[in-house]
Formats: sequence, structure tokens, C-alpha cells
Amino acid sequence: MVALAKKVDINNSIASLKQKVAMPYLLLLPGMLWLIVFFLSPILTLVSTSTKEPGLGFGEFIQTYRWANYTDALVNLQEQFIRSFVYALIATAIALAIAYPLAYAIAFKSGKWKNVLLVLVVAPFFCSFLLRTIAWRQILAQDGIVFKSLVTLHLISPDTRLTSSAFAVITGLAYNFLPFMTLPLYASLERIDPRTLEASGDLYANGIVTFRKVTVPLSMPGVVAGTLLTFIPAAGDFVNAQILGNPSTTMIGNVINAQYLQTANYPLAATLSFLLMLMILALVLVYIRKSGTEELV
Amino acid sequence: MKKALRWISKNLIKIYAFLGFTYLFIPIIYTFVFSFNKYVRSNLVWKSFTLENWKNPCKPIDICSALGNSIKIGLLATAGATLLGTLIAFALARYAFKGRGFVNTLIFLPMATPELVLGASLLTMFLNLGFNPGFWTIVIAHVMFCISFVVVTVKARIASLDPRLEQAAMDLYANEHETFRRVTLPLVAPGIAGGALLAFSLSFDDFIITNFNSGTTMTFPLYVYTHEKGGLPAQANVIGFSMFFLALLIVIAGQIVGRKRKVSA
Repeated sequence: MVALAKKVDINNSIASLKQKVAMPYLLLLPGMLWLIVFFLSPILTLVSTSTKEPGLGFGEFIQTYRWANYTDALVNLQEQFIRSFVYALIATAIALAIAYPLAYAIAFKSGKWKNVLLVLVVAPFFCSFLLRTIAWRQILAQDGIVFKSLVTLHLISPDTRLTSSAFAVITGLAYNFLPFMTLPLYASLERIDPRTLEASGDLYANGIVTFRKVTVPLSMPGVVAGTLLTFIPAAGDFVNAQILGNPSTTMIGNVINAQYLQTANYPLAATLSFLLMLMILALVLVYIRKSGTEELV
Repeated sequence: MKKALRWISKNLIKIYAFLGFTYLFIPIIYTFVFSFNKYVRSNLVWKSFTLENWKNPCKPIDICSALGNSIKIGLLATAGATLLGTLIAFALARYAFKGRGFVNTLIFLPMATPELVLGASLLTMFLNLGFNPGFWTIVIAHVMFCISFVVVTVKARIASLDPRLEQAAMDLYANEHETFRRVTLPLVAPGIAGGALLAFSLSFDDFIITNFNSGTTMTFPLYVYTHEKGGLPAQANVIGFSMFFLALLIVIAGQIVGRKRKVSA
């Protein structure tokens, strides 16, 4: 009887152990399945489309494993690739410069207004980002406040144009992805124990030294996450260049979008998309290594 | 003069933050002001003040059905992504298992892929499978790109929990199930709410992925995009600003209720 009870007990504990081993997989299954079916397999489809060649009929493409599509695309469109990365880099730098003090103020100086201010950072999302981008075009226009005041201050000559320029595109990019920069920065700053900052002060560090030696290093995970979440969408964006730019500010996103939806040259569009993805991934991996942040998600 | 300078240097960070918020809100103020414009065809130049656009926000054809679609898609996508993402977050935060690297990579990759590539590749697959894009392909796409953001938000919240709270519940003879339901879940709830809010705002404002996978279904951002060249009616400004204001009100009301509950508890 006792032996039997023991056996049941062991069986039960084996069952519960099995359940424990299976549990994480059960939790992961639906989400992972979704990502495999709707993210991973489309990317594989993309790769397979990228090496096709036009067939005889219109909109017909034959798989010929033409990897030269990639070198062709790189040679023909290197200018747009480089421009996209340069614009994205400048926009990320501007967004960081604006968002860091913003996040710092929300984390340390806002008192009971903290949550309200945080919501204010995300709220612009609800006023469509297209509407806001169109608004920038009006703000920077010849008859807008910004242009007129800059001319009055003699900072620009009356015949320069602020709209339809690289300046406008980069302003738009920096603006549109600002919340993506601010939120991770805030999250990492907020986690800093104020006592570490006090300790630094107690050890005779002044405000600037404390900021440079304590605050900044502790907020590095936020800086890495924020710059990535700004740089990645900015490098692949085409809306800002379309609404705020001119033909000489065309980014790679504009080319991909046009190849897909207007020219219907799917192999070229797929080649460019996959190249963009690879370049961004390569940059991201180097950046993560350099900044020494391992756990990103 | 000296006093003023000292005040500025003391409040430098606050002044800077104020300027940052101004930058963030200038286009919204613009959108608001131009919602009162008595526009003729295009709403780019100020003509004169009118309340007409606010009285008839649904006057332009399709604009309100587009808004309705955006809200429906946003709610469905939020529900899906929040459920799937929260389950993944618990698995990652609470269990040791094989294949962790793969899971982390698969969560990270969609965030490291430009929206254009996400949207375009999904459309290519739908077309290859003979799927007609429309309402449900948009929902599928939105769930896909929102999952990762929910995972990151919820996981951070679980990781910040004090494990002693759950131990205390167990010491008080709560079994695993009860502990989870009465201690863990309520503590993680703000994180789940945050993830859901983020998912809804991303879905509601998404244009690029939607543009690829929409077929003939119209969402609000798509409406703005297609009418941008031919003249956008000022009603778009009315709707854009109202949604912004509504979101702000709801969240602030939620905050106040949350604070009251905390005080009374």
C-alpha cells in the first residue's frame, strides 16, 4: 500500500516535471507560430523572389537564381542606399540630442506629472503621422512662421527653400521617430537608483562629472535601444522623402515602394528589400557588439 | 540679470524639455488650427475661420468608414498581439528552456526590419498563395509587427517584480495557480496594459505595412495618404486631432482612477 502510494507520488511528480518542461513551449507556441508563418516565411519568399528574372509575359517572373540581381542593384542604386543611411544617421543624432534631456527631465524632474508627460510622448501617434508630416510641410513653407523668422534674422536668404529639401526630410525623420527614442531612454534612466547619483556627489563629483561618469553609462542600454528603434525605421522610410523632399532626396524606401506598387518589378523590389534588411542587420550587430549590450529583448 | 541667468542654469533641463515638447507638438497645433480652416479643395493655405468641418466631420466620402476600420483593426490587432506577446514574455522571463536564442532572435528581427520590408514580403507571400489582401490581412500583419513590442514591454515588467511577493503568497499556502492569479497577474497588469496601449497606437497609426496589405480596404492613414496630392479635406484634421485628444483624455482618466484606487487600498 505504502509502496503503491509512493509510486503514484513519483508518477505525479514526473507528470508535473514533464508539465514544467513543456510549459514554456506551450506559452511560446502560438506567438512563435505567428511569427514563423507571417514574418519568417515571407522573408524567405522575398529571398526566393529576389533571384528571379522577368519572363515573357507582363508581370511574369521565372526563377533563374540570378544572384547578379544583387550586384546590379548595388551598383545602380548605391547613391540612394548611401543617402538613406546618411539621412537616418543624422536624424538619429538629432533625435538623441532632443530626446535625452526630455527623457531625463521626465525621469528625474517631473514629480507627479511623470505619467502624464510619458503619455504626451506617445500621444502624437494618434494624430496620424501622415497628418503631422504634411503639417511640417506647411510649417516650413515660404509663408510659414519658421521661414519668415529665419529670413528676418538674416539666417537664410529669402530665395532658399526649406521645403522640398534634404533639411526638410531629415527634420521630418527626426521628428517622426522621436517617441521611439524617448521611451527606451526614459525606461533606462528611470531604473537608475537616485542613491547612486547621490553617492557620486558625496564623492565630490560635480553635476557634470556625475552625469558623464554615472548617468550616461547607466543609461547606455536605453541609448542603444532608442538609437536602433529610430535608425531602423528612418533608414527604410519613404513617406518623409515623398512629402518633404524633392527628386534629389530620394531614399531607398522610395525606390522599393515604387518598384513594388507602380512598376511591379517584384524581383528588383525584393532584391532591394533584402539588401536593405541585411545592411541594417549588419550595422545593428556591429553596433550591439561595440556598445557591449547583449540582451536586447 | 544675474538672477535670471542663475534661474536659467538651474532649470536648464526643464527649459530644454519644454522646448522638446514644443517641437513634438508644433505639428499637432498646426493640425488643430487648420481644422477650422474654410478650405477650398486643398487645406494648405489659411482662408478663414469656420466651425463647419467640426459640425460635419463625416462629410467627405469614406473618411469615417476609414476611421472605423482603423479602430476595428487596432482593437483586433491589440487583442491578438497582447495575448501572444504576454504568453511569450512569461515563457522568457520565468522558464529555462532550450532554443532561447532562437526565440530571442525571432522576437528581435521584426523590430530590426524596416516596415517596408515587412509589408512587402508579407504581400508577396499572400499573392503567391492566392490570398486577396483586405481587412483580415491587415489584422494579421499588425498582430505580427506588434508582438515584439508587447513582449519587450511585458517582459521588462515581469523582470522588475520582487520575487519575495510570490514566495510570501506560497508561504501563506496559496498554490501555484492561486499565486499566479492573485499575486503575479495583478502585479504584471500595468505592463500588459502598457504593451496593449503601445500595440494599439502602433497599429492605429501604421501606414507603410497597411499600404501593402490593404487591398481595397481603407484605413484612416491610407485615407490621408491617398488624398494628400488631390487636396486633403480639413475633416481629416478634425479626426486626427480628436483621436489625439481622446487618447490623451482616456489615459489621463485611467491614471487618476489608478491613483485613487492605490490611495484607497
